[in-house]
Amino acid sequence: MNEVSVLIGGKAGDGINSAGSMIAQLLNHLGYRIYLYFEYPSLIRGGHTFVIVRGSETDIGACRDHVDFVLALNEETLERHKLQYTKDTVIIANGDLVKNAAYGIPVKAILAEEKAPPIMGNSALIGGFAKAAGIEWEVVDAVFRRHIPKGADQNLAVAKKGFDSITTVHPITRCKNQPLALVSGNEAIGLGLIRGGLDAYLSYPMTPSSGILHFLAEEKERFGITVVHPENEIAVILMALGFAYAGKKSALGTSGGGFCLMTEGLAFAGMAEIPLVLVVSQRTGPSTGLPTYSGQSELQFVLYAGQGEFPRLIVAPGDAREALNWSENAMNIAWQCQVPAFILADKTLSEGIYSLDREAAGNLPGTGPVLWDSNTPYLRYANTESWVSPLAFPGANDAVVKVNSYLHDESGITTEDAEITIQMAEKRLKKGRTMSELMQSYEGVIQSGMRDASTSLLCWGSTKGVCEEAALELGLRVVRPIVLAPFPVDQIKKTLAGVKRLIAVEENATGQLAALAGQHGMYRRQEDPAARWQTLHG
Amino acid sequence: MTRELITSAQNTWCPGCGNFALQHTLKNLLSDRLREGKSLDDVVLVSGIGCHAKIADYLNINSFYSLHGRAIPAATAIKLANPALTVICCVGDGDAYAEGLDHLIFAAKRNIDITVIVHNNRVYGLTTGQYTPTSPLGFKGKSTPSGTAEYPINPIELLLASGGSFIARGYTRKMEPLKALIKAAVDHKGFSFIDVLQICATFFPAADYYDSRVYDLPASDKLSFETACTHAREWDYNSDARIALGIIYERSIPTFDDRMITLRLSKEVRERALRVFCETRT
Repeated sequence: MNEVSVLIGGKAGDGINSAGSMIAQLLNHLGYRIYLYFEYPSLIRGGHTFVIVRGSETDIGACRDHVDFVLALNEETLERHKLQYTKDTVIIANGDLVKNAAYGIPVKAILAEEKAPPIMGNSALIGGFAKAAGIEWEVVDAVFRRHIPKGADQNLAVAKKGFDSITTVHPITRCKNQPLALVSGNEAIGLGLIRGGLDAYLSYPMTPSSGILHFLAEEKERFGITVVHPENEIAVILMALGFAYAGKKSALGTSGGGFCLMTEGLAFAGMAEIPLVLVVSQRTGPSTGLPTYSGQSELQFVLYAGQGEFPRLIVAPGDAREALNWSENAMNIAWQCQVPAFILADKTLSEGIYSLDREAAGNLPGTGPVLWDSNTPYLRYANTESWVSPLAFPGANDAVVKVNSYLHDESGITTEDAEITIQMAEKRLKKGRTMSELMQSYEGVIQSGMRDASTSLLCWGSTKGVCEEAALELGLRVVRPIVLAPFPVDQIKKTLAGVKRLIAVEENATGQLAALAGQHGMYRRQEDPAARWQTLHG
Repeated sequence: MTRELITSAQNTWCPGCGNFALQHTLKNLLSDRLREGKSLDDVVLVSGIGCHAKIADYLNINSFYSLHGRAIPAATAIKLANPALTVICCVGDGDAYAEGLDHLIFAAKRNIDITVIVHNNRVYGLTTGQYTPTSPLGFKGKSTPSGTAEYPINPIELLLASGGSFIARGYTRKMEPLKALIKAAVDHKGFSFIDVLQICATFFPAADYYDSRVYDLPASDKLSFETACTHAREWDYNSDARIALGIIYERSIPTFDDRMITLRLSKEVRERALRVFCETRT
């Protein structure tokens, strides 16, 4: 199968990410499906950063161990990634900065000849890569003109000099696929929210969720949405609730630390039955942790965050297409059931770039919220058969819309009456049952890999890509719940039929999905995770 | 349709509580509004948590009974979501000056077109008598039995520093001026703030203290920032000095809600925009 991996390394601020995006587009236009991984330290300038662009004939969501091409913008790139090089790896370098590279490109001289600014230096390397990989100049020309409309001519002149300075050493083959949109997981989440009818996005910047804020703020006119960056995460969640109370679909984005500040607002959403979509993109914790690295240690946190008992939806998409679909679903379900709905992502998904087949994303189930018919006096928390009360918004004629963080009666007025306390607790929890029934119409668990294998991986979220590829090579099944709450017990049982051994794969130390599955009798630990840690690390 | 302005919820404020005066004033303003032929459907009351907040249960209008300290961000969003709404925040001094101080400063800084009425009784009532950010130095509450060891903050000075465009002080025992003040605040286009000195009959019965010190400001003084600063500093919530009532500062500047407006698009237009966006990434 056709496949190629390219690593671009240098200092933070060297334009590594945009060089990676251009190479991804070159491969995209040769029919490759893309996954791009971007690794960088938590600083603005200096420090080592790198991008791995992987192209494959089929959909992917992970990198391989080795790389076929290296574009080195500094000496450190050669040292640091040694383990990923094979004897066939083609190393193209900025010849001014890296000595002893097989293919050194005289970037400074090229820029001087073209009177181009230093920022265009990477174009020389991209040109060099294209020639080394046997990519026709026409493709380079078309991709540059399409994706760097400003200054395309000068960039192309620089790229051509790089192109001409090298010979083709490792030709790659064209694939049959049509090029697709390349979007990050964060952008896919934003697009899904927009499809779900997003009116307002609220966020206080926090890696790795900030990409959604930046994307939606940049595109707010294009999509007709309001984007607010408030004073802190507490304001973020209260503003999201204020928008929803006034009838506007809102969503917020954050990471673990920011979400900690939101838990009181979350419980308010649960008590006041205000629809809310929360994107929590995980990084390595606890606390400030490793801001720019991935992790999956917040599942148990979002499952139980907030005081008191109330239903919630948690979905963990595994790639950009799922992020698009399930962000739309989350918005629909939040409004249909008047619950908080989480999109649980992580750095790998949020900042990874994927080929997104917009057409294959398709149309999803989901109806609008239940609205007040204005025939009876309005009661915000009216008892109904589904336990979901019809919505009206302030401004509606003759509706007094009262929401309340206190225990309240049907009209939304505070009460301490014992009977009503019981009724309202029942209402909230039975509404959760209504949501569980609704979730039967969604494909909440994905089975893949070798479907008849009796050993299965159990994973969630962005490890989809690596688990599916590994499972195919090792002859394993993969069972991956996208919906994590309400836990899709029946769907998981079905996908696990015939499985004798279940191997949990998670980016955390304690097995958080495994624990959740264990609560439903689906997973039995063979050893204590702490003991396992001992064996692994002494 | 005729509307009762007060709900059937049982009122549980103490006899002599300053909250009655504020509720009565708001109720009168609402009935004036009805008499003028305006609807109450587009009025939203947002409250925090504390004795003051029960007003959300008692007034029969749209209400968002928020968390302690968190009325203002919700009110900000309600106004952004639907600028046609009149949004009034009733908050306590614990809400506005302790738990949610950041939101108060940002609302003033943004000039969001909402009205914040602080029921400033200078004591925590609902939690049965602890000091607040505006209690005087040495205040003996249940958490500070030997007296507080910190000075109060001066909210008027704070709001002047935060860029507020309508800053006023009222007093619950001066109901007619209070009504005029709240009406002016609601009519003000932009962020309006009223610190209302409120009697807590149980834990801080300061009526005699206020009665002998309050005076009305001349309306003409409100236009000068320098004069406003002088009035703000005259009484610092701790010293023994005259206490100015009325509009301390007012100016007209663009509002956050006007600046943040984005044109809404139909579902079809959005779907097309989405396709075009995906094209740019191909």
